[in-house]
Amino acid sequence: MNKTEFAAAGEVLYTGKLPNGLSIYVLPKPGFSRRFAVFAANYGGADRRFTLGGQPVDTPAGVAHYLEHKMFDTPEGDALMKLSATGASPNAFTSESMTAYYFDCTQAFEENLRTLLSFVSAPYFTEESVNKERGIIGQEIRMCEDSPDYAIYTELMRLLFADGPLRDSVAGTVESIREITPQVLYDCHKVFYHPCNMALCVVGDVDPDMVERLALEILTPETAEPPGRDYGPDPGLEPAGLYHERTMEVSAPQFLAGLKLGPTGRGREEMFERLTGSLALRCLCGRSSSFYLWMYEQGLLNDTFDYSIEQTAGQRVLTIGGESRDYNAVLDGFYQELEHIAAEGLDPALFQRQKRAALGGYVRALNNFYAMAVVQAEGCFAGYQPLDNAAVLDTITCADASLWLMNHVAGRRMAVSVIKPKED
Amino acid sequence: MERMRRELLPGVYLTGLRTDKFKTGLISVSFLTRLCREEASMNALIPRVLRRGSVHYPDMDALSARLDELYGARLEPLVRKRGEIQCVGFWADFVDGAYLPGEAGADQLEQVGELLGEIILAPNTRGGLLRPEYVESEKEKLLEDIRARINDKIAYSRFRLTELMCQTEAYGVDVLGTEERVENIRYDALTRRYKALLATSPVEIFYCGREELDRVAEVMTRAMDTLPRGQIDYDIGTDIRMNALEEQTRVYTEAMDVGQGKLAIGYRMGSCMEEPDIAAIQVMNAVFGGSVSSKLFMNVREKLSLCYFASSGIDIYKGLMYVISGIEPENYEIALGEIGRQLRAVQAGDITDEELETAKASLASDLRGLTDSAGQLEGFWLGQSLLGLDYGPEEQAALVEMVTREDVVRAAAGIECDTVYFLRDKEGGHE
Repeated sequence: MNKTEFAAAGEVLYTGKLPNGLSIYVLPKPGFSRRFAVFAANYGGADRRFTLGGQPVDTPAGVAHYLEHKMFDTPEGDALMKLSATGASPNAFTSESMTAYYFDCTQAFEENLRTLLSFVSAPYFTEESVNKERGIIGQEIRMCEDSPDYAIYTELMRLLFADGPLRDSVAGTVESIREITPQVLYDCHKVFYHPCNMALCVVGDVDPDMVERLALEILTPETAEPPGRDYGPDPGLEPAGLYHERTMEVSAPQFLAGLKLGPTGRGREEMFERLTGSLALRCLCGRSSSFYLWMYEQGLLNDTFDYSIEQTAGQRVLTIGGESRDYNAVLDGFYQELEHIAAEGLDPALFQRQKRAALGGYVRALNNFYAMAVVQAEGCFAGYQPLDNAAVLDTITCADASLWLMNHVAGRRMAVSVIKPKED
Repeated sequence: MERMRRELLPGVYLTGLRTDKFKTGLISVSFLTRLCREEASMNALIPRVLRRGSVHYPDMDALSARLDELYGARLEPLVRKRGEIQCVGFWADFVDGAYLPGEAGADQLEQVGELLGEIILAPNTRGGLLRPEYVESEKEKLLEDIRARINDKIAYSRFRLTELMCQTEAYGVDVLGTEERVENIRYDALTRRYKALLATSPVEIFYCGREELDRVAEVMTRAMDTLPRGQIDYDIGTDIRMNALEEQTRVYTEAMDVGQGKLAIGYRMGSCMEEPDIAAIQVMNAVFGGSVSSKLFMNVREKLSLCYFASSGIDIYKGLMYVISGIEPENYEIALGEIGRQLRAVQAGDITDEELETAKASLASDLRGLTDSAGQLEGFWLGQSLLGLDYGPEEQAALVEMVTREDVVRAAAGIECDTVYFLRDKEGGHE
C-alpha cells in the first residue's frame, strides 16, 4: 500500500492496486469509533448494453439495481442479517454509473469486511428468490414515482437526451423489471463485478495492510479486461426537447432547468473542469449570490433552490431548480446575470470570497465517512483524487470561472421540466 | 472527549465537548419554550426573521458575505420539537483554524460566536420593532414550507398521523404551526413574542470542537451578554397520555393522486412510561421495527414482499410509537394485520435470541458511532438536558447491552394502538 499525505487537509491516504486489478483506498481515522467500508462496481443503471463473449447484450432497464438487491442472498442466508448481527449497519445504492455496497460498524470490522467482500463477489440467485424480490422493488419504484424530485429529474433527462440509457430511471419500471431473470443477473455480475472494475474504499481506524490482505485472500486472483460498455452514439449538446410539464400532488410549482455540458473527461483535467464549474455557479447563483438573494427577496425563490453539475454515464449535465411561482422570471434573471458577467467579468472580490467559502466546504466534507468513501470510488473510476480538491481549487482563477460560464452556459437555452400542483 | 456543563448566565446553560476528531466546530443555541397552538408559528418565524439582518449586517447580502469570508461558515435557523417543548434558535458550524491557510482562521470561534450573538440579540429593527418587510417576506417562506409538507408523502403521513392522533394535546401542534396562524402574525406582536422568548426561556447552548472549553464559555458568555433576562419559565415539559384516546382505534383515510399508499399507525407506550427504562424501550423498538433485522423488515418486507419499507420509531418524551410503511393500497388489510401480529409477538416475548442480540448490537453500535458526528452529539445532548440525564452515548450503549428479553416484554406490555392513518390513491379512496 502506498502512503500519500495531504498535509493541508490533515489526512493520510493509503492506496493499492492488486494484481487482479482491484483498487484499494484506506483513509485511517484514529480516535473514531466508526469504521466504514464501501465495495463499489463501476457499473450502474446506464450500463444496459455491453459485450459478453464477443456478443452484444441488451438488458432491461433496472437490471443493475435489481442485481444490487439480490447480491445480499447467499447460500448461507441473508448477508444483511450476517452484518447486522455484529451491530453493523449495511446498505447499498445504485446510481446511473455505480453500484456500491457498504457497511458502517463500531466492532468486528475485519469479520464484516470479510462478509462484504464475500457476498459481493459470489452471486447466488434462484428463480424463486429473484421473483420474490419483484414485489419489494416494485414498491420502491412506486415510492419514487410519487416523489416530485424524482419525477422532475426523470423528465428533464428525457428532454435532454433523445435516446440512450439516461432516459430511463435507474430502478427501471414495474414493467421493465418483469423481464429480469437469474441468468440476466448472472451475466451482468460476470461482466461488471470483476475486481478490475471495482474499488474498495475504507474510512476509519483500520490497518491498511489488513484490508489488502483480506482482499487478496477472498477475491479471485485472476485478471480480466475491463468490460466494454456502450452508451450509444454521442448525444451532442442539443436537447431533444425544451419543455415538459405535468401535474402532481405538490404544494407549489417546481422547475428543474438543465443543459448538457458534453462528455466527461478523466483525471486532473476533469477535476479542474468540474471544480471550476461549481465555483463559477456558486458565484453566479449560490446562496450568497446577488441573483439568488434578489430572487429570494422578490419571493421568486426559496431555500429549495439548488444548482448542480451531475456526472452520469459519461455525460456532464448542469441543473438548476427549485420551487417557484414563476420559473420564467427566475431564468430571465439568471440570464441577465450571465449577460452582466459577460460584459463585466466576474467581480474579483466576489470570486475570492466564494473561493474561500468553497474551500471551507471541502474541509467540512472530510468529517463525513460515507461521503469520503464514496468520492474515493468515484475518483477511482474517473481517474482523479478527491483529496486534491483544495489544491486544485487554489489554482482556479477568476478568469477561469468567467470563461467557464461563457463557454458552457451563456447564450444556450435550457430545457425546463416543470411540475404543477393539481387543481381541484 | 472532555465535557463541560456550566450555567453562563441565568438559565443559560452550555454543554461543551472538546475533541480533535472534527475539522469543524459546531455551536447551537436553543431557546426552550412550551409547544402550543397560539405561539408555535411565531416561535418558528422568529429565527427566520432574525436571519434576515442585524445591526452590523443589515441584510442577507451583508450577512452572506460575512459567512463567506469566514470560510463558508454556516449559520441557520433551527426549530425543533422535543415532546411538547419547542426548541427555537440557531446552529452554526465553521472550519477550524487548523485546516485553514496560515493564521487565517485562528479566531474563527470568536468571530462566529460573536456573529451568532449579534443575530440573536441585535436584529435590524425599525423603531424598536422587527422590520415589517422582513416579517412579511419570511411569513411567505414559512407558509411555503408548511404547504410543502405534502410534497414528501412519507413525512406528510407521519405529520397527519400525529396531528390526528394528538388533536386534543399540545403534541398535535406541528413545529411550524399552521398556515392560518402564520397569516395572522403581525410584526408588532412578533416583536413582543421575540422579547418574551429572550426574557423567559431557558437556553441550551452546545459546542463541539477543538477549542478549550473555558475559552468557549468566555466567547459565548460575551456573545449572550446583553440577553435581557426576566422571570425564567422552567415549567416546560410533556404531558404523557397513557391510553388511547378512544376505546376503538380511530381510523382516518385520505385519498390523493398517488400510486403507493402510505400506512401510518400511532401507539401509546402505556405503562412503561411511568418510569421509563429508555434502553429497554429502544431495544423493544429495534426488535419490532427500528432496524433491518427487525420483525417488521423481516416479515412485512422480506417474507411477504408487501413493501420496500416498514419501520417503527418512538418519541421517548411523549411515550409514543409509530409505524410507517409504503404499500399497494389493496394490501391495506394484510399489512395492518401483519404489523399487529408482529407487535403481539413482541409483547408475548416471542423473540429469538438472534433478534434480541442483533437489535442490541445495532443499537449499541449506533450509539457509539454517534460520538463520531458533531451534529448527532448535539441532538443527543439536547435530549439528555431535556430529560435531566447526565450520561453519554457510551453509557447509554452499555445500558442497551444489559437489556433482557423480560425488559423488552415489560416495555412492550402496555402498548396500545390509538390511531391508523392511511394515505391512498383516488380510485378506491373515500373520506
